[in-house]
Amino acid sequence: MWKHALLILSLAPAWAQLPTDAASLQAGKKAYEWHCAFCHGAGSDGFAANLASPRLTYAPTDTSLMNIIRTGISGTGMPPALGMSDVEIRQVAAYVRSLGRTAPQKVPGDAAKGKALYSGKGGCAACHMTGGAGGRMGPDLSDIGIRRAPVSLRTSIVNADAVVVPGWAQVNAELSGGGKVSGVRLNEDTFSIQIRDASGKIHSLAKSRITKLEKNAAKSTMPSYEGKLSGSEIDDIVAFLFSLRGGL
Amino acid sequence: MKPLKSLLLLVTAAGLLCGQNAGNWLTYSGNDAGHRYSSLNQITKGNVAKLRPLWVYQIDKTDKFEASPIVRDGIMYITEPPSDVTALETNSGRVLWKYKRVLPDDMPVCCGKVNRGVAILGDRVFIGTLDAHLVALDASTGNVLWDVKAADYKTGYTSSVAPLIVKDKVIIGSAGGEFGVRGYLAAYDAATGKQAWRFWTIPAAGEKGTETWKDDSYKFGSGTTWVTGSYDAALNTIYWGTGNPGPDWNGVKRLGDNLYSNSLIALDADTGKMKWYFQFTPHDVLDLDSTQTPVLADIQWKGAPRKVVMFANRNAFYYVLDRQTGEYLLGKSYVRQTWAKPELDAKGRPTWMPNTHPTPQGTAVYPNSPGATNFQAPSYSPQTKLHYVMTRDEGGVFYSGDDTYKQGSWYLAGRFVSKPGEEARGAVKAIDPQTGTAKWEFPMFAPSWAGVLSEAGGVVFSATWEGDMIALDDSTGKLLWRFPMGGNVFANPVTFLSGGKQVVAIAAGHALFTFALE
Repeated sequence: MWKHALLILSLAPAWAQLPTDAASLQAGKKAYEWHCAFCHGAGSDGFAANLASPRLTYAPTDTSLMNIIRTGISGTGMPPALGMSDVEIRQVAAYVRSLGRTAPQKVPGDAAKGKALYSGKGGCAACHMTGGAGGRMGPDLSDIGIRRAPVSLRTSIVNADAVVVPGWAQVNAELSGGGKVSGVRLNEDTFSIQIRDASGKIHSLAKSRITKLEKNAAKSTMPSYEGKLSGSEIDDIVAFLFSLRGGL
Repeated sequence: MKPLKSLLLLVTAAGLLCGQNAGNWLTYSGNDAGHRYSSLNQITKGNVAKLRPLWVYQIDKTDKFEASPIVRDGIMYITEPPSDVTALETNSGRVLWKYKRVLPDDMPVCCGKVNRGVAILGDRVFIGTLDAHLVALDASTGNVLWDVKAADYKTGYTSSVAPLIVKDKVIIGSAGGEFGVRGYLAAYDAATGKQAWRFWTIPAAGEKGTETWKDDSYKFGSGTTWVTGSYDAALNTIYWGTGNPGPDWNGVKRLGDNLYSNSLIALDADTGKMKWYFQFTPHDVLDLDSTQTPVLADIQWKGAPRKVVMFANRNAFYYVLDRQTGEYLLGKSYVRQTWAKPELDAKGRPTWMPNTHPTPQGTAVYPNSPGATNFQAPSYSPQTKLHYVMTRDEGGVFYSGDDTYKQGSWYLAGRFVSKPGEEARGAVKAIDPQTGTAKWEFPMFAPSWAGVLSEAGGVVFSATWEGDMIALDDSTGKLLWRFPMGGNVFANPVTFLSGGKQVVAIAAGHALFTFALE
């Protein structure tokens, strides 16, 4: 009996820790590429959360990381693992953590200049919040530096339609009796749609009032900055955005 | 005078009996024929707009709530995830007893720790548990009367299906088709828990059917039976659908038709011996389980009465078969599909379109793996003679991979994703079995996982994915009433009498909602 207790004591910490050996990480990489890379990219260049980060918003601990892989995150695009064994889940979690241990990428731009461009010439703050201030037409960027990789940030600035985050696509509704509402879709169901327009106003529309509803999941409400900002200005904004780590 | 009096007595007795049965909801589909139809008619097209919530019962679980309630004489029996049973008063929603099953924590489970309901016979309530046991409970207390192991969960078996009562037996299906198990349908004596028979959906070595599997791939053939089937007492036949062959998305190692996966099987109710089968999707590589509810009806077919079984399949084809012989009568695509030629052959066999099998690079196909319909229960109204089906319209991209069978482990050999950039759609369709085409459809923003109920008052009930309970006109599909329940729906509606008043119930989110006329 005592012997069993000792055995359990000695096993428990080993199971709580993620493996770090090369074989496990290689197995984790293989499973990651099959199950996860479709959304998260091969490392940090996907459209879902950037996992090459020392801190993951929904997975502060290894246990929570494994739980998320197993059960998904309700209300987001993250599904539960289908076809992953417990061992594979541990290996994938270990591989994901190894991505986060890599040194933060060096980016070419100047973050301080980028901050000025963000609020000034770029006009980004009109639509995006950081640290509780800014507009509401686009996603909050307070921790965008740990959610998206520099290459992905740059792509979105140059061509916003390249990666349209679900929920931020452009919607146009034409109403019976005239009138038109454009903006981002906050909710849609069989009977109604809720749209936030560029001024921030929320319109709740019964579908029975709508004569034409245009939705283009591939069209962002954000303008593209190709030609509007120089290459080095875009580098600066990317450097600023990459520095936004939600207080980390 | 005397004959009249006797007649009156008889009529009264029959009325009481019918009334009692109509007022209850005694089996998964409401009757053995799989109709999910009630002869209750207090709720009508004219008054359904006056439906109001009666009570709401909340569960303290976060897994999907898929239970289809059973109701008898003022008591409702539901399952809660993962494998618990609760008895409630139908007039108050108050709990009378609970059975809580302790499950092992090392169970391989595919698609949520769910359960779709109990069966009832006499003083017993039966549940198939996630660890693949069949348990008989005392209907009055929830005490365990017997508990038998139907299969070993460690090898990948689970049970999520509501059992079906056939005479003195409890029929229970299997799940675990993503773990390479050997599917079965089993009958147990309701009184003792002794197994009466077991039908294996996949043949064993030396048996007929193994020639439809390359090499010894039949050993991991799956073909599970995870949605409740139907029963014809006059023909003494059980009808039950079977699931996908294993592994799901790569058929290279199991070339052949893979019998009896993706089939409707007709079994002798006393012996479990197969009378006939009809395979809808031979050599499936898209995970198109044919586990939908078989709907039995006696209809006019080309001018003559015919006993048929109707089947709205996950593979996007609608079928009518002769249920005495299994003869193919009709097959027609009822939801967008690109995997097969639009016309089935003279025997109802599909022809695969080129370039529709999963590949390492991904192949786009309609429908997606969840299919044109899935475990959402259909409904058949003998009044309108329409078959109401919850349909899904979504494309998928299918990838093939490689998996080697290992006991108790996933056996998929591939995966799928929803077709990027497209929003899936749903609709309730009222299909005329004479033609296989929809007389009307009620389009929905998203495909719903709710089943459909019809009743003699002319109302069809269902729910949207977003959680609106809806009432539709059974002959036009017009929306008559709705109520936002505020949670996604994975369950089927039922109707019954409580204190003489007709009630409609459905699980949404993590609560059971009941509605009655104000």
